Amino acid sequence: MTQTTLTAARRAPMASGWPKKLATTLLTVAVTLLGLLFVTFMIGRVMPIDPVLAVIGERATQAQYDETFRQLGLDKPLLVQFGIYVGDVLQGDFGKSIRTGQQVSTDIARVFPATLELATLGTLMGVFLGVPLGVVAAVYRGSWIDQIARLIGLIGYSMPIFWLGLVGLLVFYGMLDWVEGPGRLGVFYQGIVPTRTGLLLVDSLIAGDMTVFKDAFGHIILPASLLGYFSLAYISRMTRSFMLEQLSAEYVTTARVKGLSEWQVVWGHAFRNIRIQLVTVIALAYANLLEGSVLTEIIFAWPGIGQYITTSLLANDMNSVLGGTVVIGTIFVCLNIFSDLLYRVFDPRSK
Amino acid sequence: MTMKSKLAAAAFAGLMATTAMTPALAETPPNMLVIANRIDDIKTFDPAESFEFAGADVSRNVYEKLVNFDPLNLDAGFGPQLAESWDISEDGQTITFTMATGHTFASGNEVTAKDAEFSLRRAVLLNKTPSFILTQFGFTAENVEETIVATDDNKLVLTLDKPYALSFVLNCLTATIGGIVDMETAMANEVDGDMGGEWLRTNTAGSGPYKVADWKPNESVLMDLNPNYAGEKPAMERVIVQHIQESATQRLQLERGDIDVARNLSPEDVAGLADVDGVKVVDELRGRLMYWSANQKNEMLADPKVVEALKWATDYDGMSNSFLKGQYTPQQAFLPLTFLGALEEKPFSYDMEKAKAALAESGHGECGDIKISVREAQERLDIAQSLQNTWGQLGCNVELVVGTGAQTLDRYRAREHDIYLGAWGPDYPDPNTNAGTFAYNPDNSDEAGATGLLAWRNAWGIPEMSEQTLAAVVENDTEARKQMYLDLQREHQKVSPFGVMFQQIEQNGMRANVENFVAGGATTAVSYWVITK
Repeated sequence: MTQTTLTAARRAPMASGWPKKLATTLLTVAVTLLGLLFVTFMIGRVMPIDPVLAVIGERATQAQYDETFRQLGLDKPLLVQFGIYVGDVLQGDFGKSIRTGQQVSTDIARVFPATLELATLGTLMGVFLGVPLGVVAAVYRGSWIDQIARLIGLIGYSMPIFWLGLVGLLVFYGMLDWVEGPGRLGVFYQGIVPTRTGLLLVDSLIAGDMTVFKDAFGHIILPASLLGYFSLAYISRMTRSFMLEQLSAEYVTTARVKGLSEWQVVWGHAFRNIRIQLVTVIALAYANLLEGSVLTEIIFAWPGIGQYITTSLLANDMNSVLGGTVVIGTIFVCLNIFSDLLYRVFDPRSK
Repeated sequence: MTMKSKLAAAAFAGLMATTAMTPALAETPPNMLVIANRIDDIKTFDPAESFEFAGADVSRNVYEKLVNFDPLNLDAGFGPQLAESWDISEDGQTITFTMATGHTFASGNEVTAKDAEFSLRRAVLLNKTPSFILTQFGFTAENVEETIVATDDNKLVLTLDKPYALSFVLNCLTATIGGIVDMETAMANEVDGDMGGEWLRTNTAGSGPYKVADWKPNESVLMDLNPNYAGEKPAMERVIVQHIQESATQRLQLERGDIDVARNLSPEDVAGLADVDGVKVVDELRGRLMYWSANQKNEMLADPKVVEALKWATDYDGMSNSFLKGQYTPQQAFLPLTFLGALEEKPFSYDMEKAKAALAESGHGECGDIKISVREAQERLDIAQSLQNTWGQLGCNVELVVGTGAQTLDRYRAREHDIYLGAWGPDYPDPNTNAGTFAYNPDNSDEAGATGLLAWRNAWGIPEMSEQTLAAVVENDTEARKQMYLDLQREHQKVSPFGVMFQQIEQNGMRANVENFVAGGATTAVSYWVITK
């Protein structure tokens, strides 16, 4: 048997299992999203508020009320309404937002990139600062570095984000003038760069317009830092905890006895073993930010999906709520799948 | 906003009060107006459908009407705009408008009577929420071709179902729904017989000073000059309204000079601006009334003496001088001040002795359980808590039922409340807008389902007062009409289950160089075209 056929033979079981696993995954995703839709849909229908009034307002006549009631399909049985809704969603039609008067898909395409950009930057800050801080805190347990790391974590957990955001604006925008004000872009820069991805930093780079990039960066840096700080608090705390567990393990003592440098012991052995747990923590932190940090979005007038869903919910704009929920649900599922894939990379046993 | 975040905001306000801020560094260009406002209620720009505050602000600056208000002289009432004159027939049922010349839409099309015919007809035919403002004159989908007719490009004839006060009809035509749309542009964008409705939701086709150049829902509205505007060229060539939810954020932007006008400042932030250089606060009386009303299906509350006791046990001055300071002023009649015939008398004041005396005279020696239905909004919760306190002193066992706006409104429309605490704003600048809901309910039966009438929602059957209300809308002598409303309000104050308490004051913060900012008073919306810097 040649080397080639041997390799092929070894790969055969994996190859034959791969479609099945993909099918299972897709089925799981579909069932999860359907369940999510069903629950959200039913909550929207059983809530003690009238969706018709949300559309026509309190001054409408009874005839207008009845007409809208029929137009919304509310005269049909609940399950039929749900079936029609799912059918529309499968065709990419989330319906129209009663609050903005536009297609929900159009709205989401506008607000989600704002959240994606903010959450990604925030998470990157949290990871690049939080992970090293957590590792160092664990290595120097009980030292002043550890105390500072714990203090940062404690403040991050206990400080109301609303207050911190306002103070951040007051200091860095109002007093020091280091950053730009609320919103994604200054009023003089709007509409200059064509929308390609919806991510202003990326779009301005694609257009090669550094003035717009600078302004967009000036707007995003403060809210992103704020979210990054909260991510940092969580990630550093968890990293410290995972590392402490590893550093007290026997294999670490063995490694030190063997004469490995502390750098190799910490980063080459202990840290390698917490990567899987860290992936979960980071994925969760990222997903939480992608859900939209409503208060941060309100303070910084950031037109993101968190604010969109919350405002829609308060206005009983259920098409928007359902559309937003599907997007968030899909993100969670995708991040889970991505985490699973990373497990397989970091831990060969899971293959 | 959660209670936690409100506390945080209050703490922040305290911090700001003790922090000396660097002077403003930025300044907007002299020909551009930048406004921070809550504009998340804009659903559409179509004048046939738009019925929200922020939408009315845009519409007033984009669409001209047959008759309109001069923003620098609102007290003068309506005057000519697209119609240069009008005549009413002897039988009082036919109004003929003569169109002014020289008005042109942003598209370049000339404004004619045909456009006016199209716009008013489509408002009736589309039958959206504000259509009642026109259909109350007898216009229906079936008869518009006979009742709203442009006889040529210069004459528009409206035929009413019966004689009405001319001022009533013309006042209604100044409402958003009276906006005249460019027929050619609208019909060029028609889809499935919607008369351009879908297109006009997000685009504008008017002859006003501005046109909407860009709208991002919940984010911003950008308006540029209409190059064909017939009037004097506005000083502000571009107006940008940004959606900024938070008062503290608006204040920061204003102090920095990044915006020219902040429209949603809290009392704390208004107070904080008092000593800031380069910034001023302008107060303006608006049309919104804050009131409570008692459901007459509740046996105890159906006793007029119990309701009178509650009116005496309401601390009007206490509230307006504390948490409502600067935001609301006491007003106890159903017409807001500055409306034709608005009654200024305030017969009730906080007087526990009189309250107890009235309660003793009632068939209920002791006040029982009362549930106040109130939506989750800070100022309303504060008022509800004040009522809970003072009515509690009267011996009432008051419970607050707090819900979202929609939940509270549902209960109200279903006549399931005890006391409803809410606000009411005029739909059009004529006294009938409030008289027709506070003092009109000819059929009080459940089957009538007149959910749009406040009197019906409170199960208050008033066939006689309804007749008086109807009589006032057909009186053509303005002085006599005014007197009719004054009498109606006096009677209403005495016998109605409505406890009207306050009228809104809007406090707009603006840079010191902004002049002629008129939010619209009690009768209309904001006018950007007269603003200078």
